[in-house]
Amino acid sequence: MFRNQYDTDVTTWSPAGRLFQVEYDMEAVKQGSAAIGLRSKTHAVLACVNKANSELSSHQRKIFKVDDHIGVAIAGLTADGRVLSRYMRSECINYGYTYESPLPVGRLVVQLADKAQVCTQRSWKRPYGVGLLVAGLDESGAHLYYNCPSGNYFEYQAFAIGSRSQAAKTYLERKFESFLESSRDDLIKDALFAIRETLQGEKLTSTVCTVAVVGVGEAFNILDQATVQALINEFEISGEQAPATASVAEEAAGDAAADQGGAAAEEEAAPMDI
Amino acid sequence: MTKEHANWSPYDNNGGTCVAIAGADYCVIAADTRMSTGYSILTRDYSKICKLADKSFMASSGFQADVKALQKVLSSRHLIYQHQHNKQMSCPAMAQLLSNTLYYKRFFPYYAFNVLGGLDSEGKGCVFTYDAVGSYERVGYSAQGSGATLITPFLDNQLKSPSPLLLPAKDAVTPLSEAEAVDLVKTCFASATERDIYTGDSVEIIILNANGVRRESEQLRKD
Repeated sequence: MFRNQYDTDVTTWSPAGRLFQVEYDMEAVKQGSAAIGLRSKTHAVLACVNKANSELSSHQRKIFKVDDHIGVAIAGLTADGRVLSRYMRSECINYGYTYESPLPVGRLVVQLADKAQVCTQRSWKRPYGVGLLVAGLDESGAHLYYNCPSGNYFEYQAFAIGSRSQAAKTYLERKFESFLESSRDDLIKDALFAIRETLQGEKLTSTVCTVAVVGVGEAFNILDQATVQALINEFEISGEQAPATASVAEEAAGDAAADQGGAAAEEEAAPMDI
Repeated sequence: MTKEHANWSPYDNNGGTCVAIAGADYCVIAADTRMSTGYSILTRDYSKICKLADKSFMASSGFQADVKALQKVLSSRHLIYQHQHNKQMSCPAMAQLLSNTLYYKRFFPYYAFNVLGGLDSEGKGCVFTYDAVGSYERVGYSAQGSGATLITPFLDNQLKSPSPLLLPAKDAVTPLSEAEAVDLVKTCFASATERDIYTGDSVEIIILNANGVRRESEQLRKD
């Protein structure tokens, strides 16, 4: 009810103790096309849906290599994502120059989060409208982090962001316990299944999705279209179904409700408090 | 009225010699592995050659601390280039970058005498030679460092390359084969080692051609 009075700029609190501009910003992430990430002990996989605006235009790049051991997938305002990727690359290069060793992922995501927080506390700025899934390798293995426009970040076993990501999240929630010990190829397969969930019936081909891998002994690289299509054909031909896909119809309904829930009134907990 | 002189210098000379030779479809880059200071040897096994890009190798003699710093700056710049252009830097592009980087410190120079060797976009060998502040030129062959004065006249005679002083300017790559060029480089270093006290121990040779990179090592006199 009072939302419109307290949402003009980012430095105004609502009576309930929320920053509406930041919450609106997170809506922007939900509008972007889906991106998912998952990890095992030794590998991390990022995948995203690439929708071009029209048949005439090229796809938007949503996955960026940050360094040999770190990559990022974005959802939301891709221009903001590009700028943040450039920042991340610069930080990695400078750290490598000073310390002759790779920047630990955990450090990078904190720096990113602090950078995002600054924009939530300056009246002349606006928050970055992009959610980042950062996949990286350090001495303790593979990691996946989600960086929120609010300045929060969390480590995940698997996560999905962007439009219709709830379907992917449901799939990942069912299977995540097996990911830690998964092989690299199984992990990629699961990523493709998760992407397929977000397509909601549309055919999964390598032209609509991008997959990238980083792992022990494997520098971050984006798989080429031919490789991805071959993997897709493999499991489509064998008729393999993502486990328990009978509930797809229920998910579609639950998904719509969840999307509306984000825009609903202040009865819910503010998203960034979770 | 004599001027007061500094009792400390930011520079030191670690000695050593570097050579590079460009062929029709290959490039040889070589440097000895001795690192000295004054009349002492610091180590017999130090590499003066750095891979800057897939097709660009830089060999540098002079003050190795400055050489190391220069190598790091160029490597970082190359990473940025790759992020922005999605490809490796070509050898001529790297040559210009090296020149600009050196001139950037025109009033406190890198004490580094560099030779850049690699393959150009046509696959032909290219060698670029520099002074400490970035003046550079593409040549068919070059030597830098403490043994350069002993090696250069020998190469002038043996490589059968067209003279760089001829007009019209001729394509400077040597007509020699890859094996002949590598052999010549070993001979150069063996000769320079005899008379130059700062050159010796062993020579590290990098051969770049269409098939990739090859590394050879040859022992030299240790006195």
